[in-house]
Amino acid sequence: MKQLKFILFGSFFGFVLIKSEAVSWYRIVEMFHFQSFHMFGVIGSAVAVGAISVLIIKQLNTTTFKNKPINLDKKPLMVTSNLLGGIIFGLGWSIVGACPAPLFIHFGAGNYIILIPIIFALIGTFVYGSIKDKLPH
Amino acid sequence: MDTILYILKEPWPWYVSGPLVGLIVPILLLSSNKQFGVSSVFRHVCTATKLSKKSYFQYDLKKEYWSLLFVLGIVIAGVFAFHLIEVLPGELSKDAQVYYQSKNIEFTGYFPIGLYRWDTLFSVFGLVLAAGGVFIGFGTRYANGCTSGHAITGLSLLSLGSLIAVIGFFIGGLIGTFLILDNIL
Repeated sequence: MKQLKFILFGSFFGFVLIKSEAVSWYRIVEMFHFQSFHMFGVIGSAVAVGAISVLIIKQLNTTTFKNKPINLDKKPLMVTSNLLGGIIFGLGWSIVGACPAPLFIHFGAGNYIILIPIIFALIGTFVYGSIKDKLPH
Repeated sequence: MDTILYILKEPWPWYVSGPLVGLIVPILLLSSNKQFGVSSVFRHVCTATKLSKKSYFQYDLKKEYWSLLFVLGIVIAGVFAFHLIEVLPGELSKDAQVYYQSKNIEFTGYFPIGLYRWDTLFSVFGLVLAAGGVFIGFGTRYANGCTSGHAITGLSLLSLGSLIAVIGFFIGGLIGTFLILDNIL
């Protein structure tokens, strides 16, 4: 039951992401063509708020609402896989016109054709897990 | 009530919606000590199917339920915004409008329904959706995160790996846009 709050947080995130138009195919294609500042403004200001929040949490040595220490560990730096994986993902993001969160939003919106990239993303994940050891990281 | 509905429905400028998107980072950190990312749910779903014996898909799923619930919330937001509120998108830039006109693509709503439809599935667009899906699933796991995990959470934590990944996202995005999308639209 305690976990149900995550549904609420997900709904909040999903809704503001919709309002940011990051779910719009047109906005993503526009962004990659550098035809508008809109998406860069969204990403930039989202990161600014996130980074300032993290800074405050660090400075004040804040704990969670239940007085547990907050884990601010970064993901491990893996230059090769961060870059190569990033390029492959960026390719998919641009040609589908949606990154993972918007894929799920489109499903909720009733654009069921989005099940095609969702199912194939599961296949891609499966392939990665299967050949992971053979890839440079 | 009408005012609230109007505010929820009308487009918001980036300097309102962007900061609200960023708020999810402290919300999850302070309430639950979680760093959020969406693409990892693809891995959890693969793990849940128990189809693979690979070590990559062997771990305790109970600790990951929260991210599945989070994604369920994202889907609910889609239902709420598009079926109840019927949100309206903002106006695209003039350059973008000229581009879509030149490609004969109607630019209303959020998704080009004229292009991405079931009856074009066995055409080049169907291939794009399928291949793009594979790239999204494979690439996010290889990079260890997507736009939410690397661009929002990772950059907020000033992670160098996330910065490299985000640079990768844009290299890949430009290749996909200028070499693929521009030629097939």
